[in-house]
Amino acid sequence: MLLYATLTLLAVVFIVPFLWVVSTSLKGNEQIFAVPPRWIPETFHFENYATIFERMPFLLYLRNSLFVTGLSIIGIVGSSSLVAYAFACLRWPGRDTFFLIILATMMLPMQVTMIPVFVLFKELGWLNTFKPLVVPAFFGGGAFNIFLLRQFFLGIPRDLADAARIDGCSEFRIYWNIMLPLAKPALATVAILTFMFSWNDFLGPLIYLSDKMKGTLALGLSMFVGQYATEWALLMAASVLMMIPMILLFFFFQRYFIQGFTMSGIKG
Amino acid sequence: MNPHDPPYRFWTGRRKEGLLGYTFASPWLLGFIVFGLYPMVMSLYYSMSRYDVLRIPEFIGVRNFSTLLFDDPYFWNAVWNTLFYTLLRTPLAIAGSLFIAVLVNNAVRGVRWFRTVYFLPSIVGGVVLSVLWLWIFNPEYGLLNAFLNLVGIKGPLWLQSPEWSKPSLVLMSLWSIGGGRMIVFLAALQNVPPELYEVVDLDGGGWWRKFYHVTLPMISPVLFLWFIIEVIFGFQVFTEAYVMTKGGPLNSTMFYNLYLYYKAFDDFDMGYASALAWLLLLLSLVITLAQFKIGRFWVYYESERK
Repeated sequence: MLLYATLTLLAVVFIVPFLWVVSTSLKGNEQIFAVPPRWIPETFHFENYATIFERMPFLLYLRNSLFVTGLSIIGIVGSSSLVAYAFACLRWPGRDTFFLIILATMMLPMQVTMIPVFVLFKELGWLNTFKPLVVPAFFGGGAFNIFLLRQFFLGIPRDLADAARIDGCSEFRIYWNIMLPLAKPALATVAILTFMFSWNDFLGPLIYLSDKMKGTLALGLSMFVGQYATEWALLMAASVLMMIPMILLFFFFQRYFIQGFTMSGIKG
Repeated sequence: MNPHDPPYRFWTGRRKEGLLGYTFASPWLLGFIVFGLYPMVMSLYYSMSRYDVLRIPEFIGVRNFSTLLFDDPYFWNAVWNTLFYTLLRTPLAIAGSLFIAVLVNNAVRGVRWFRTVYFLPSIVGGVVLSVLWLWIFNPEYGLLNAFLNLVGIKGPLWLQSPEWSKPSLVLMSLWSIGGGRMIVFLAALQNVPPELYEVVDLDGGGWWRKFYHVTLPMISPVLFLWFIIEVIFGFQVFTEAYVMTKGGPLNSTMFYNLYLYYKAFDDFDMGYASALAWLLLLLSLVITLAQFKIGRFWVYYESERK
């Protein structure tokens, strides 16, 4: 029917760039500059991928990206859940005003804070380290994540926490032993979204990492583009390599990606 | 009991809960002060100074702003580029995501698979996206022009043409209309009460009636929110321009954020860049307020009864 035709046509349109990239990555230079272009390379140049590892410290960048992203996830999941707990489960003066402030900060263009934060990190001597990319994650973990988790915590019945309180349980233990385990789906979503944001982050590494050895994958690829501007096969191969972790993550944890956006759509 | 103990406990009940609230929220409170409030105040101060990071800021009043507004053609070029990009992209992106959401909102077999395919482009990330499309947009050997050639059209120079560079970037961003935004719209669509559609059926209305008179009003709050979000994000476009065109050709993709970046981290003219940042904040506020004003005419809220 018409619906399937449209769906399929769109699917083809969306997928074609991916196929094109992979196809190019396996070509030799003569085939790349062939007109009209061919989809299936005459000879498969798998060695293009090996060349990447020679021309770029790919594994080093991979390790750096994993380090920054991993720590960011820990920081963001930990601190945003703590803060969300405060907003959802505790009463304290100014709470609702502060929550409005959190919502307002989501609308703030980051340029307004970018420069002074840079200066701050410079004064601390943290330039050219990973600290500026990781430490802020431990301070609240982003307005959106706090918002998401707060909504989730609000959906958990009070009775569980109240029963624990009557039994003399400390708030922290309620948070740690009751709320967090129940919030696993939401926490997983926050973790996945944080991974995506941190893994693909470009401006952060650009302004804070000047040492070639400290680059993340995002930064590494952009430097690669500068160096090998017309070696399209290599560029495509590097891009494919960089896409793989995100695509794998997506295929395994698709549910949490989707969930994250569905949950945020619930008007609170 | 120790005779020095207070006659009652201070930290109990509401006071204790209040203290605990602040304790749990302290990461954000601290973060807000250190990475939010303080920088905002400082950037306002920098915007009124000459500051190159090496020496202390030198207060010069509104000179940065007056230079920006009256003496800097690059500034107005950046504003124009960014507005053009944002105003072109936003309606297309929202309409596109809505279209996909409506399509996917059919419980046909395999729709999950389609949804996955549509979502995929949105996760590759800015740099990878830029590199990919740099190749796709290549005028001689890229995919786009090859395809256009097939149907007998000679394709433009895309990113290498001052007229086509911005539309190219908009086109590229449309590749990811099946992403998170679409999922949010899908959820909104699924929250529309089916009874409303039944009413249209009873009245003999078709799909257009249903869409225009039921769907659109019911999801208008979500659409409204996303118009605001997309404009704000549109103003922050950076990575694509930096990686693909470096602001060219002929400064046609010198976006606001890119210009700011060059001023701050190439010229180290932090004062000027901070002035740019604050003007952007003002511009964002004005545009958001305008959207709220206009919103009153087209956004429908369930809770309002006329």
